Amino acid sequence: MMKLEVTSHDTVSIVTAPGPRIDAAAAIRFKEAMRAATSDGPDHVVLDLSQVRFVDSSGLGAIVAAMKQMGAGRRLDLAGLAPDVAKVFRLTRMDTVFVIHEDAEASLRRAAG
Amino acid sequence: MAKAFHRRIAADGMAVRALLDEMRDWLSQVGLDDASCGKIEIALAEALNNVVEHAYAGTPGAIRMEMTHTEGDLQVTLRDKGAALPRLRPPAGHPPALHDERDALPEGGFGWFLIRNLTRGLHYARDAGENRLTLVFDLEHRTDPAP
Repeated sequence: MMKLEVTSHDTVSIVTAPGPRIDAAAAIRFKEAMRAATSDGPDHVVLDLSQVRFVDSSGLGAIVAAMKQMGAGRRLDLAGLAPDVAKVFRLTRMDTVFVIHEDAEASLRRAAG
Repeated sequence: MAKAFHRRIAADGMAVRALLDEMRDWLSQVGLDDASCGKIEIALAEALNNVVEHAYAGTPGAIRMEMTHTEGDLQVTLRDKGAALPRLRPPAGHPPALHDERDALPEGGFGWFLIRNLTRGLHYARDAGENRLTLVFDLEHRTDPAP
């Protein structure tokens, strides 16, 4: 069972994805761990990917599924994309679907401001 | 001078992961920059996952990788004895549409799109019960080999 670290702030919670890969071998466990990590708490969640070096299309699908399973009216942002992770989001144009922050601290500043 | 990397792995997700790690180290050692290493790793992850999930569809099997690095490009051949590609050719790889409605967003279907986008050439052959997929990558930004 994959366990994700969750840090709750006033209006946003930060979920830290364990590295170094969200890939085909990890995608289902990751999606289920995201369900547990986001089942309650604020409507606004930021997934901190700074420990993740590599995401394949299965991992990308799991991140999309994690957003969809949060339900209507809730929001999943991403933060801290490594270069190869950013490349997969850019090529598939999924970078137009998610709000992507430079890092988790930047997402908190933006939520507060 | 050409340099080569040959491996044979079991067709499962953890073996694919270990192979990608090892391959990435090799690519760095022969002097490829991070951007080139990244595109090769992304495309090969998709190609290897396809073999595990579709050609063998969860049944045991082996995958062989033969990678050759020359001055201007990098060529990788994957061989397996799983099911042939439908219609005996790699799919066109059109990316799924990104709908405005969140529930309709695709959770898959990007594999062949990524492979085609990141390679210069793609060749497939089915011969004597074996799939042979060759991916050719341009190496535009070479750096000096690590000492």
